[in-house]
Amino acid sequence: MIAPASGSNLAEVKPSSFGYSRPESVAEAVSVLASIGPEGKVLAGGQSLVPLLNLRLAAPAHLVDINRLTELAFISVSDGQVVVGALARHNDVLRDPLAAVAQPLLGQALALVAHPVIRNRGTTVGSIVHADPAGEMTAVLALLGGSIRLDSTSGRRSVAAQDFFLGPLESDVRPGELATEATFPVLPARAGCAFTEVSRRHGDYAICGVAALVQLDAGGGITSARAAYIGVAPIPLVLDLTQACAESQENHKSHQGQQNGHGSTNFTAAGELAMARLTPASDIHATADYRRHLAGVLTGRALAQAIALAKGRMDG
Amino acid sequence: MAEPAELFDVNLVVNGVPHTVAVPARRLLSDFLRHDLRLTGTHVGCEHGVCGACTVLVDGLAVRSCLMLAVSADGTAVTTVEGLAGADGTLSAVQQAFADCHGLQCGFCTPGFLTTITAALAENPDPTHDDARAIIGGNLCRCTGYQNIVKSVLRAAELLRAAPPGEEPA
Repeated sequence: MIAPASGSNLAEVKPSSFGYSRPESVAEAVSVLASIGPEGKVLAGGQSLVPLLNLRLAAPAHLVDINRLTELAFISVSDGQVVVGALARHNDVLRDPLAAVAQPLLGQALALVAHPVIRNRGTTVGSIVHADPAGEMTAVLALLGGSIRLDSTSGRRSVAAQDFFLGPLESDVRPGELATEATFPVLPARAGCAFTEVSRRHGDYAICGVAALVQLDAGGGITSARAAYIGVAPIPLVLDLTQACAESQENHKSHQGQQNGHGSTNFTAAGELAMARLTPASDIHATADYRRHLAGVLTGRALAQAIALAKGRMDG
Repeated sequence: MAEPAELFDVNLVVNGVPHTVAVPARRLLSDFLRHDLRLTGTHVGCEHGVCGACTVLVDGLAVRSCLMLAVSADGTAVTTVEGLAGADGTLSAVQQAFADCHGLQCGFCTPGFLTTITAALAENPDPTHDDARAIIGGNLCRCTGYQNIVKSVLRAAELLRAAPPGEEPA
């Protein structure tokens, strides 16, 4: 039976009822958030929130739609930082020519975030605040040591990535606060980065993903190597692999003898360290053992790619 | 029964036609198009952003209409599958390519493929075979007609190159 075109009386609704505000400025938005308190929820791109609403896994009493806050639709690169406003869509960041050069990890990760159609709407800051344990951008912020700016009627604070992620889908945004921007340090000279992951299908959430960041000295030796892991821990986990990489590099040199170096270093020690440190969970998509195995393999791949990028930047 | 929901005015242009409709905040854009405007060409499949059937163009960008509130579409120009063909019913290049290449079987997923591909070809007019696969990576077809849909993407690009549209729908 076809229902009459009676507009608002239709029963075909997925989300449960909520109050709704669409403020025109950050000042108005934080004022509304302050008056609502813990029952308020910010709607930006909605690519994670609206599915939760449709499935009624979330039922906030009041939504504050920030899609009119065009003052937050920006990406800026200056003073060694890439700053992404809360209304910058994933695809805006992905296609920003300055950001891509300043911090390649942003583009490397964003290309793995869902599909282009989702990236047209989803926001980078929103996905970080959402804090999905398999979300790529949380790992980017954590690995780079970035920060999130939070505005409220009582002022403004900046939270470092290491303090921002509290648990699965839980970040340190307090009632009344609006996350207005994310800050990512640019990639230093002689540094390289990479993001690699395995998912069941292209665009799906990763079963395991690894982002790597390496720093080389002028001779190409590794002075620092770190990696961030998604899909295998409640929050993006960052491991220091410097020592393990140095061992791998030493072994590689001794095995190679006089051959001068473009052979691939085997990052077995780094992969094993990651596997030892991670305690992933099993679910319908993968067993814990398989996830741990992926973490080991992907660690080596991510490190190799990051080093290749660092060397390419030194040569270039 | 709860008190009647507060209504919000939504002013938008759909397929070139302006509309002003008052809707509750929780009305999804997909339901707004189908139930309020009776434009049932936009299909809803999973209603949580996975299947791509409900994809429409909002200010020229392909988005999931089931993941957008109608109130958030206030002030935008929306193109649905009904807006792809010419005013005289002439199929768009993408629609023609689907007809040429047997790009649909049951047709349920087709509106989402057509809108997604229309937007993607506007951005990349000369896709490779791999590009074509990536373009449709976010759309599900349960008839498993992907091979012919990939051919349709490439054929549509060919048609567009041969005869660029004078007035392509936004």
